[in-house]
Amino acid sequence: MISLTDQGFDPGPLLSGFCRGRAETGAVASFTGLARAEGGETKILELEAYPGFTEAQIGAFAETARTRFDLQDLMIVHRIGQIAPGEPIVFVATAASHRRAAFEACDYLMDYLKSRAPFWKKEHGPDGARWVEPRAEDHEDIARWA
Amino acid sequence: MARILLFGRLSDIAGWREKTLEPAPARLSDLRALLAADDAALGEALAAPGVQVALDQVLVRDDAALSPRSEVAFLPPMSGG
Repeated sequence: MISLTDQGFDPGPLLSGFCRGRAETGAVASFTGLARAEGGETKILELEAYPGFTEAQIGAFAETARTRFDLQDLMIVHRIGQIAPGEPIVFVATAASHRRAAFEACDYLMDYLKSRAPFWKKEHGPDGARWVEPRAEDHEDIARWA
Repeated sequence: MARILLFGRLSDIAGWREKTLEPAPARLSDLRALLAADDAALGEALAAPGVQVALDQVLVRDDAALSPRSEVAFLPPMSGG
């Protein structure tokens, strides 16, 4: 399941729900990304998506993860709109028979979301706002999987 | 009537997020020329490396024909999470 939301979310219940009824799964890995205050430099993070296109692009990439790691299931929840420091921005969960596949698929999906998924991120701080683009490390992270 | 969408820093440069053009330009290259003639800074930003184009929600790499109801989105470098 892939969803975008402009409402805050609690990763705990998402993970509990994702784990429910999985007698044959064996391994669930999850990742939660939180908005960082950057020592007061970021008061608000603003995330923009292209409705329809963003979900479709993430969905197509998620299929590659499903095949590559032989996943049984996956879940991605991503915030859009205005996000305060400390709030969850992204939640990814993966289900597989064994832990290595679940961990790696979670890592793979996050590397994609950081640098390739159609989101645009603006930091609002005390000195105004700036658009954040992927760092060199983010490009290196996704390149690891080539 | 073509619908043009700008995302991220592109909408800040242009001062708009969305506009419609009637009639729709024949090709993507015509649209680029039209937008650049209107706003040179935007024209330059749209041509910058790393800016992708989605035509009717599908990424296109080269020039393409537009239909009267095309939706064209200009997408600067993406960053989520």
